[in-house]
Formats: sequence, C-alpha cells, structure tokens
Amino acid sequence: MSATGIEIDKLNALAPKLALGGRSVFELKRLSGGASQETWSFKLATPEGESRLILRRAPDSATARTLAISLETEARLMRMAGEAGVPSPRVLHVLAPEEGLGGGFFMAHVDGEALGGKIVRDAAFADARPKLARQCGEILARIHALAPPADLPVSGAAHSIDELERVHREENWPRPVFELAFRWLRENTPTDAPLKLVHGDFRNGNLLIGADGVRAVLDWELAHVGDPMQDLGWLCVNSWRFGEIDKPVGGFGQRADLFAGYEAASGVAVDPARVRFWEVLGVLRWGVICTMSTNVLRGPGPFAVDRPMIARRASETELDLLDLLEAR
Amino acid sequence: MQDNPQPEQILDIAIAHLRDNVLPTLSGRAVFDMRVTISALELVRRSIALTPESDAAERERLAALLGQDGDLEALNRALCERIASGALDLQTPGLAAHLRATALEKLAVDQPNYSAYRRAQQNQ
Repeated sequence: MSATGIEIDKLNALAPKLALGGRSVFELKRLSGGASQETWSFKLATPEGESRLILRRAPDSATARTLAISLETEARLMRMAGEAGVPSPRVLHVLAPEEGLGGGFFMAHVDGEALGGKIVRDAAFADARPKLARQCGEILARIHALAPPADLPVSGAAHSIDELERVHREENWPRPVFELAFRWLRENTPTDAPLKLVHGDFRNGNLLIGADGVRAVLDWELAHVGDPMQDLGWLCVNSWRFGEIDKPVGGFGQRADLFAGYEAASGVAVDPARVRFWEVLGVLRWGVICTMSTNVLRGPGPFAVDRPMIARRASETELDLLDLLEAR
Repeated sequence: MQDNPQPEQILDIAIAHLRDNVLPTLSGRAVFDMRVTISALELVRRSIALTPESDAAERERLAALLGQDGDLEALNRALCERIASGALDLQTPGLAAHLRATALEKLAVDQPNYSAYRRAQQNQ
C-alpha cells in the first residue's frame, strides 16, 4: 500500500504535538478507506524510542459523511468513553484546519485482533472467548451511562425503521421477507425505551481483542442517541457470529452472560424482548446495507470485485429473519 | 444449438486454473481479490446449475399462494403488496414454507457455506 495522498512534511510538522519530544514520522502506510475517509498507520520517533500511531481523517473536511458523525465528535466520544473506563485507544491530537490535513484525529495504536473469524476460532483467543460476552455487557453499560454530546443525532426505533424502509425502497426489488420484517417491526416497536448514548456499530469486527479480552472499542461513527438495547441486539446479529451460530453474542458467547454483565455494571434490567426487536432490526439493517451494493452496481463502473458478492449477501439476512420471526 | 463444451465445463476449467495456477503466484491485496473473483465465478457456476429449476418451483408456489399467474418478478411484487397490506402473514397456510424454500434456494447459489443455511440443511 502506498503513502500517496498525504503530505509527510505536514505530518512531521505535527510530530511535537503527538508526543513530548516527537521528532519525525516514518513507516507511513494506508490501512483502509474510501473516498471520504482514510485510516493511516505510522511510527513516531521520540527521545524515548518509537511509538505506533493511527490517523483517522477525511482529507477534504467539506466531504460531509451523510450517515455518520464528524471525526471530531468521534474523537470526543472516544475520549469520554476512555475516561469512563471503556477500553479505548488514547486520542492524542485532533486536527485543526490550519494544520492543512483535513479533519480527523490521531490515536495511539492498540495491539489486538479485529478480524471476527479469527476471534471466534483461533486458539490464541480460546481463554478470552468465554469472558467476552460479559465484558461486552459491562462495556455497553458504561457507554450507555455517558452524557451524549448535544450535537449527536437522535434516532429511536420508529425513526430507524423509517430510515431503513426509505433505503430499502431505493432498491426497487421485491423482497417479501423484508416486507414481513417491516410489518413485524412496526407492530412490535417499543414505546417505552429510554434515550441514551448508543455506540451504533458495536459488533465483532469493531472490537480489538487480545488474549486478555476486549482491548479497545473502535468505530464510533454511527453513534447517536437512541434505545440502549439497540447495541445489545446488533451484537447478536448472526452475520457477526462468523459461523459460530450457537454463540449468539458475536460468535463468542451467550446472551445470559451479556445481560448479566450489563445488569451488574448498570443496575438496569435488560429487556430481552427489546433486545430481540433490535436483533431483528439489525438483521434487516445488514440486509438493506447489502442491497445498497446492488444500487451501486446500477451506476457507472468500474466496480470493486467484491461489490457483487456483498450484494448477494442480502439473502443470508432473509433466512436469518425467517429464523427469528418464525421462532416459537 | 451451441456446440460443446457447455458453459459449466468452460467455467470449471477457468476456475481450476485460477485456483491452482494463478492464486499461488499472488501476494498481498491481490490474493484477497483473486479469492473473491474465484468465489464469484463459483456462484455463477452454481446459478447455472440450480436457478432454472428453482425459478420454476418458486413460480409454481407463488401462483398457488396468490391464485394468479405472471412472471417471477410480477408475482413477487404482488406477494410483497399482500404482505405489506396484512392480507398475508406467517399464519397464512403455505407462506412461511414458501419464503423459507425461496431463501434456501437463493443461499444454495449465493452462499452455501452460510451458517444458517447449513443448519437448515441439517434440520431438513
């Protein structure tokens, strides 16, 4: 992967702000990113040696992310979460416009595994797996207790269904199972849910895991104010179990442990029916996200080779929805 | 009538070449992309083998459920309307079985290794 697209001299100029005595930046490489957002990894030379850092940035800060909060807000949430005991990478610096690198922030690199398939199967995580569901419950309780920043979007159950249906209609393709799910969701919408800070994408794949358990919670870009049970339901969506279908929590644990950890840390009783509602909505949401790839494929190419394969994953959510809706 | 070899065999030979001769020579991002490419061709291969029969079966079930005829897309749109209006639901005889059969027919092409598909096959 090349380092084109970022000015190394501007990064070097920032080195003193990233660590005491920070001198220069090296081993810069791009980890991921699309047109509007990039993730970079690099090392920073300091008098004490070297440390590895991560930069998340939107090169053109005018490129507003439609579904997501700003990177500045994301940095603020990670700092708040870290101070409240949520395992989080340390945020080191938030970019200012005059620094010329767009919007974004620097954080310390955290060692750990984020690939869900490895987390649910590799021997290296055999000791961690039985602890993860309870840890996730405890972490979510801490997240839901945070005071949400005033500029976070509010999206409860009814609004989430409306948004999903709007995106689903854009595919303009008949999906009888989705229709069934929309009806079920509208008939079973919780009306008494409190509004709390919700992570929005808390799942196996967005957690850095080590041999000792959860090391960091990543990817806050879908954070909003909503029903806290949404995070518990989304974590149980079958697509994030990576084949371990009988371990509903992320492919590594059981609901009873997730709920017990949540209740112990929050003092709030989990409502399993509401968690189930959000699991159904979560499965449908992943299905609708897959169909967005079919919309992309109707546009002008060139297309990434995995684009059609993502589109064809919508069918997995149709079977998962039937399994949930038909469950006795 | 097209001559032999048939599309299935042509695809099989192309897939075997990519998997056995090309993939081992690649590194980095190209490995991932080639794996996805092979998976895509295997999906097409399964679709050639399975879709004509599953489409016919789906059309037959839909015509029986809805009491009307039409092409697959029109029948599926009609089914969507009746589910959205509440005229049909999971208590309707035959609907759950039809939807499940259709989901399994899709996954037999799209993702036969998917956990819920394999579980459904075991339970059948």
